[in-house]
Amino acid sequence: MGWLLAPAPVAAHKPSDAYLRLELAPDGSHRGAIDLAIRDLDQAVGLDGNGDGLVTWGELKARHGAIEAYVAARLEVGGEDGPCRLLPDEHLVDEHTDGAYAVFRFGLTCPAPASAIEVGYDLFFDLDPTHRGLLTVDQGGEVTTAVLSPERPHVRIDAEARAGIGVAGFFGLGAEHLLFGFDHLLFLVVLLLPAAHHRAGGRWLPVERWRVAAVDLVKVLTAFTLAHGLSLALAVTGVVDLPTRLVESLIAVTIALAALDNLWPWLPEQRWRIAFGFGLIHGLGFASALGPMDLPAAGLALALLGFNLGIEAAQLAVALPLLAMTFPIRGSTLYRRGLLPVGSVAAFALASVWFVDRAIASGVR
Amino acid sequence: MSDARPAGPFGRARTASRAGMPGLAAAVLLGLITSAAAEPYLPEHDDVVLERLPAADDPRVREARRLARALDRQSPDPEAALEVARRYVDLGRSEADPRFFGLAEGVLAPWLDAPDPPPAIRLERAALRRARHDFDGALADLDAILEVWPKDVQAHLDRAALLEALGDYAAAEQACIRVLRLYPGLVAVACLTSARSLAGLAQPSYDALAAAAAAPADDPTRSWALTILGEIATRLGDMASAERHFREALGSGARDVYLLGAYADLLLDQDRAGEALDLLEGEERADGLLLRRTIAAHRLDDPRLAAWRDAIRGRFAALRQRGAATHLRDEARFALEVEDQPKRALELASRNWALQKGPADASVLLQAALAAGAPEAAAPVLAWLADKRTEDVVLERLRRALDGVSS
Repeated sequence: MGWLLAPAPVAAHKPSDAYLRLELAPDGSHRGAIDLAIRDLDQAVGLDGNGDGLVTWGELKARHGAIEAYVAARLEVGGEDGPCRLLPDEHLVDEHTDGAYAVFRFGLTCPAPASAIEVGYDLFFDLDPTHRGLLTVDQGGEVTTAVLSPERPHVRIDAEARAGIGVAGFFGLGAEHLLFGFDHLLFLVVLLLPAAHHRAGGRWLPVERWRVAAVDLVKVLTAFTLAHGLSLALAVTGVVDLPTRLVESLIAVTIALAALDNLWPWLPEQRWRIAFGFGLIHGLGFASALGPMDLPAAGLALALLGFNLGIEAAQLAVALPLLAMTFPIRGSTLYRRGLLPVGSVAAFALASVWFVDRAIASGVR
Repeated sequence: MSDARPAGPFGRARTASRAGMPGLAAAVLLGLITSAAAEPYLPEHDDVVLERLPAADDPRVREARRLARALDRQSPDPEAALEVARRYVDLGRSEADPRFFGLAEGVLAPWLDAPDPPPAIRLERAALRRARHDFDGALADLDAILEVWPKDVQAHLDRAALLEALGDYAAAEQACIRVLRLYPGLVAVACLTSARSLAGLAQPSYDALAAAAAAPADDPTRSWALTILGEIATRLGDMASAERHFREALGSGARDVYLLGAYADLLLDQDRAGEALDLLEGEERADGLLLRRTIAAHRLDDPRLAAWRDAIRGRFAALRQRGAATHLRDEARFALEVEDQPKRALELASRNWALQKGPADASVLLQAALAAGAPEAAAPVLAWLADKRTEDVVLERLRRALDGVSS
């Protein structure tokens, strides 16, 4: 294999970064690797032995000792009982967007298994204050990341905090995406307009008891969440990859069909089935907002869990007031002849406009 | 980096760099390694070349490095440090390579946080602050320099360029008038006409600058003035003249990433994607240029599209990982014109607009609003442009299209 990797474009220009990965094992036998840009290393320890401007593998090998010393002097990993010892393992090479990096793998022997570890990072800052150390800590599948800088050269990773950082952020992201995704919101509203009713003989009949209505609501919401959680996971991991324009158009279609169903019931009687089926499409829409995610399986699962919980929470925040409003007037003429048809028609109209808008390319050249 | 037009080259040209704030997307994208990395490997031979250092191709880099090595970091000498820093800043600008800005910062480290450094060092610090996207800090430094050196033309020019990028055309004009009084000539006229052309005086500005540029002048200044002339002509809709000016500026041979980008945009706007590809042949390092190549490739269905698109995705991901969202405008263009994600493009363009307000920033936002079917998002930008009385045929076309959608 050697130097010829898959055809790679010319390396980019970017600010100086190093990539530090630590894998912490519960028994204290930790491992790590640090990717250092050859360009940065050349500034720090000198790599170009013959001064011809090219760094060869032979020249890099000759400096492995110097690189180890440089890292050992400027990287501190420690726990409550004191610093860990860095044990050099092997040296490899890797490619990033801006060129070749030296990969230095090492083991860490720490005094005792600690619940918290501290990382102190001081590479390259004296030469380039814009350098950043991009730290990823993997503790049995739970991933924490941090950016080490001259302003923040230390970071502390402890057991309680690590799960929270990722999941809480994604929770907020999920809630925000539902509340500001007007098409998703509209779909929910349309789906839940008949919330305090059930269908019998082609007509909407009021549900007598609050508890039944509430349980139905939760079933519908959960089905929606499970469906969009599933399709979101498939889209984010790249298993399913549909064009955004198609997905956005289909989302508009789901709203229109749901609105139509409110007026002339034609979809399955159990609302949760509709929620599930259409939820699959909405999940693809969420994925385009999240962007590509490059996490190990456990970290990704946690992130998606947080994201979906956020969406679920936001859904409940929308749905429960809706139910509270429609429940008292369920079965009434105001509802059957007013709110339900008017709301559904308005939603249908809006969805149709969105569909036309999204399905047809618009843009000025 | 989202390149900005350099300030006037009085003495030496400087650059500005666009900034963005880490957005929510930064929190979302947690990557182990950048998505463009392959697996680590062991090279087979000692002779395998791993990296071609910048010093290999550019004697300026070798010279800067030699001087940097000679610096005594323990007892720093301001003169020597300044000499090295200036070279690194120039390299960073001309190559659009942020690592050089980092090295310049390293050389000026003792003065980076000083409340009152020597004015010459402060001038470089202002340039570095702009590169770091600290616009307020840069303006503060320039204001402080001008209190001590009210006649420093370069400081006025830098200030004018920064204010223009932020959309404060009136203040930029004032700064250019100071330049005119201190050092009348092409530099001053270019500075002044650039600001005025965005504030309702496009045709008179063009005429004045065209007349001034006809006179002989030294190369970096002339090339810079021709770039501005080309941009004003583009905004006036005189594409033939614009192209003539850009070509003439390129002909002077100076390497200018910003100019290449401006000319490429002209070609892309006129649906001459093939010519844009030819113009940018071999230009892949600077993100802004690779972006335009990718847009052109997308329009032509060029087989190289997939590789370039993945490369750009990787670059944006790498920047997000370090918590810097410095390419918001470029990201928005990428989302809109290559990834076909108008909603995301609109969000990025809106965040970009909060930080800088040039015609290019307005353009991407209006295009995204149109494509996303959200004309209401364009309203504040249109109002701002109307208030400034900016004349720009592309923006006017977008405005009419958006009016058609919302009515």
